[in-house]
Amino acid sequence: MRHLVSVLVQDHPRVLTRITSMFARRGFNIESLAVGRTHIPSVSRISFVVYGDDRTIEQVEKQLNRLIEVLKVVDHEGPHLEREMALVKVHVAGVEERLELKEIAEAFRARIVDVARTALTFEVTGHPAKITRFIEEMAPYGILETMRTGAVAMDRGERVLRLKAKREAV
Amino acid sequence: MTGAEVLLEALSREGVEVIFGHPGGAIMPVYDALYHRPDLRHVLVRHEQGAGHAAAAYARASGRVGVAMVTSGPGALNLVTALADAMMDSTPMVAITGQVPTTAVGTDAFQEADVTGVTMPVTKHNYLVSDVNEIPKVVKEAFYIASTGRPGPVLIDLPKDVQNAEFTGRFPDGVDLPGYKPTYRGHPRQIQRALKALEAAKRPLLIAGGGARHAAEAIRRFVQVTGIPTTTTLHGLGILSADDPHFLGMPGMHGTAAANLAIQQADMLIAIGIRFDDRVTGDVSRFAPNAQTVVHVNIDPAEIGKVVDSQIPVVGDARWVAERLAEGAKPLSLDPWWQQIREWLRAYPLRVPARASLRSPEVIRAVGEATGGEAIVVTGVGQHQMFAAQFYPVKHPASFLTSGGLGTMGFGLPAAIGAQIAHPERTVVLFDGDGSFQMTMQELATVVKYRLPIKMVILNNGYLGMVRQWQDLFYDDRYSEVYLADSNPDFVQLARAYGIEGTSVRSRDALSDAVARMFEVEGPFLAVFDVAPDEAVYPMIPAGGSAEDMILEAPEEVER
Ligand SMILES: Cc1ncc(C[n+]2csc(CCOP(=O)(O)OP(=O)(O)O)c2C)c(N)n1
Ligand SMILES: [Mg+2]
Repeated sequence: MRHLVSVLVQDHPRVLTRITSMFARRGFNIESLAVGRTHIPSVSRISFVVYGDDRTIEQVEKQLNRLIEVLKVVDHEGPHLEREMALVKVHVAGVEERLELKEIAEAFRARIVDVARTALTFEVTGHPAKITRFIEEMAPYGILETMRTGAVAMDRGERVLRLKAKREAV
Repeated sequence: MTGAEVLLEALSREGVEVIFGHPGGAIMPVYDALYHRPDLRHVLVRHEQGAGHAAAAYARASGRVGVAMVTSGPGALNLVTALADAMMDSTPMVAITGQVPTTAVGTDAFQEADVTGVTMPVTKHNYLVSDVNEIPKVVKEAFYIASTGRPGPVLIDLPKDVQNAEFTGRFPDGVDLPGYKPTYRGHPRQIQRALKALEAAKRPLLIAGGGARHAAEAIRRFVQVTGIPTTTTLHGLGILSADDPHFLGMPGMHGTAAANLAIQQADMLIAIGIRFDDRVTGDVSRFAPNAQTVVHVNIDPAEIGKVVDSQIPVVGDARWVAERLAEGAKPLSLDPWWQQIREWLRAYPLRVPARASLRSPEVIRAVGEATGGEAIVVTGVGQHQMFAAQFYPVKHPASFLTSGGLGTMGFGLPAAIGAQIAHPERTVVLFDGDGSFQMTMQELATVVKYRLPIKMVILNNGYLGMVRQWQDLFYDDRYSEVYLADSNPDFVQLARAYGIEGTSVRSRDALSDAVARMFEVEGPFLAVFDVAPDEAVYPMIPAGGSAEDMILEAPEEVER
């Protein structure tokens, strides 16, 4: 099963290495990963897509929690937002193609962010599956370059990934 | 104060009395500062791995944090095996490694190695300190992390310029680790559920492991009140005294038949401070198949449900939980269950089929008798280790020190050093293999330097015996690269070269005199026992098997 997990961490040097090294060592299967700062000073947020059965996901969460610098772990099981961003540079041969590409882009709500004589660059945001489809649509025209971010995630509604001790001493 | 002086002051404030170490260029400022700190005892080893195992054994024997200190690059890398060993066996230690100056980090400088990178997977946590004023905070955190929750090794990498820098900071009073809050108190409702399930159980079994060493007193009370049959893993040996009638021996690959059959038949398991290592469970799907209720007490939430599902998980400290269990325990009526178990104990005792040549279990038994089970026993890794676990009658907790999780040959001698330094008044016996001993035998010099009265017993079978045993069983007797006898040193002469007394025993007749002499001599003593080269450890459940697959005795030995 595909799971989307978010983690709050202290933004110490090598904290990302600690996490990825643990994933590699324990054989967890990570599809994508995204990291960024948060509004809280010295706290970063990491989200990643991981595949595994319930036991594996439970271990992913628990092994993350064992890391000293991990503050909070959540598996987005309820309603949530998932977004990925991509830049896609596509070859254009002529005016007709240019129009076709624009039409496809509109259907995907992708924006043209750079224009050159033989190339167009699109920016597209959305669920990773949508981005994959967009790239597939572009493929016949000749993709020159792609860059995808990892998926970022957030629960819908009022649920918040709050910063508090990940394990309370009972 | 310089960073080096601050480091030592911080160690001293953590109550450190002994540092096991080896100097080198990148840690020289600290060693220079140490020159002025006679209150901090330093034990100079001959190889950094030795410092690591000694610190770990010191920690396990004393219940305190062990400290190892080494230089950068090769020094730190020599320590890696010991760190991994301590990590696997949840041993609290703090390692301090010198590092090249911060300005040189990342330039492939002389004796530079990415030590925090290399040790990340084999430490509970590690630090690269770049600011001298951080030293007291880092040391405080390191000791806190190493010794709380599930204990483990923490490494502090200290660049040389930071050691020399002038300190202008403060010593903190406490630690602030928002992401690290171990749970000590098991949930009372879970403990009540466990006690209730126990009252209903017909065939309950207690398994205690290394995580419950410090809970021995409470566990003994619990066992006394309930009368529950009990098995302890390799690291749990001594939680019950070997002569306790409730004790069934060790479970697992080379465990007793009674312990393994009891696991097989139990309708309830209470597992305290164990992680269900594969050497204990064999095939997990066939492990404890009749246990409707598994109570799993562990301080590390990640261990719960990792290998064996548990209906009543209790996250908490083994001692805290065991004390609550002991308080709530009631006498159980387990007569039919005990009757069955006694039958197994009678039918399948640990046996040593008679042979012309001397056998390891005979030696271990003789040493066990001579010491009355009171010694701190340390082992290498191999057949001798399993024989020691089976035949030495361990009386006290934290008195059987061995490399379990990592199975590190060479653990023995340096670990015996650490144990003897932790307990100068106790008898420390090392049971080592001829192969294992040669992996760290340079520490004989350390034994001499500190006049440690360690009793070293080498069970000399002339082989990498455990590997040979597997070749015997699973590789059609193809003894590939396991023969040592043609090139083993004369261990007694070797000891003599260091000024250590010793004796060599080739036959049964000389056994008791040699053992007697070993304990008469005041200082260290090395006794080599030439044992049968083709011994095998039984019972044995082949890797990935279950109690049904247990081989009780070597087929050819039954006939003799
Ligand atoms: C450092 C290390 N290398 C290799 C092994 C694999 N190994 C396990 S037991 C063993 C043989 C040990 O020989 P010895 O110390 O003589 O003990 P014996 O089994 O003969 O009693 C070996 C090679 C190991 N456990 N540790
Ligand atoms: Mg041997």
